Amino acid sequence: MKVFLSALLAGCLFGAGLSISGMTDTTKVIGFLDLFGDWDISLMFVMGFALVVTLPAFSWAKNKKKPLCGDAFEWPKPMKADAHLLIGAALFGIGWGLYGLCPGPAIASVTYGYIESIYFLIAMFVGMKLVDKLV
Amino acid sequence: MLYPIVGGLLIGLSATVLMLLLGRIAGASGIYFNALEVRNKKQLVDSLWCWAFIAGIVIIVPIVHYFLPIPIPERPSGSAALAILAGLLVGAGTKLGSGCTSGHGVCGLSRLSLRSLFATGTFMLSGMITVFIMRSFS
Repeated sequence: MKVFLSALLAGCLFGAGLSISGMTDTTKVIGFLDLFGDWDISLMFVMGFALVVTLPAFSWAKNKKKPLCGDAFEWPKPMKADAHLLIGAALFGIGWGLYGLCPGPAIASVTYGYIESIYFLIAMFVGMKLVDKLV
Repeated sequence: MLYPIVGGLLIGLSATVLMLLLGRIAGASGIYFNALEVRNKKQLVDSLWCWAFIAGIVIIVPIVHYFLPIPIPERPSGSAALAILAGLLVGAGTKLGSGCTSGHGVCGLSRLSLRSLFATGTFMLSGMITVFIMRSFS
């Protein structure tokens, strides 16, 4: 139950952050990626101020043995930046630029009632499954 | 500029809550995949917190737009076909690259992961190039 409530709280904070910041507004996101055109820098502050919180919080967490409601910290395994990472990130960037949605805002956007959000989410899972099966 | 700053702080707080309480990385692409990829009992248990996280997003977003002077974003300009193509690319890309804007861009950078720095630089650049090309055609 504690696990469920913690994740629910984190999801609420995440969803509030996305919708307040403008990350769920595809026009704004594409404006942010439009570096060579009419660049809207405001979304840079989203990542910047998220890091203001997480940089100290994560370095503090690294010195702790256990999370408060879990068995262990699941830090990603240290790995090198390989071709998979860079090709994957490049493909993701293309999809992000084409439509203006990355995974978090894509989830949030289902509440806006546009059918394309559902198509996007289904296609996103299909894409993940394809890579999971083939790579 | 206030809203992006407040939004950013909230996203950071979310990642902090998930890490300090559950020991998990708040990466939206991984959470979405774990929620839907349920093939055995272990994965089912693992998917529950992911569903709770997704539920949190879906519950709070309408509340934000109702109570704050932030209008619901307009329908994206791209067609349904473009939504499907973009969704496929975002899904395949985040799976292959092990993360998205939240996983690499926020959590990864906070762990001072060089890998996440490369990933973040790459998807921002390829997103910018894509928008540049799209603009040139429209």
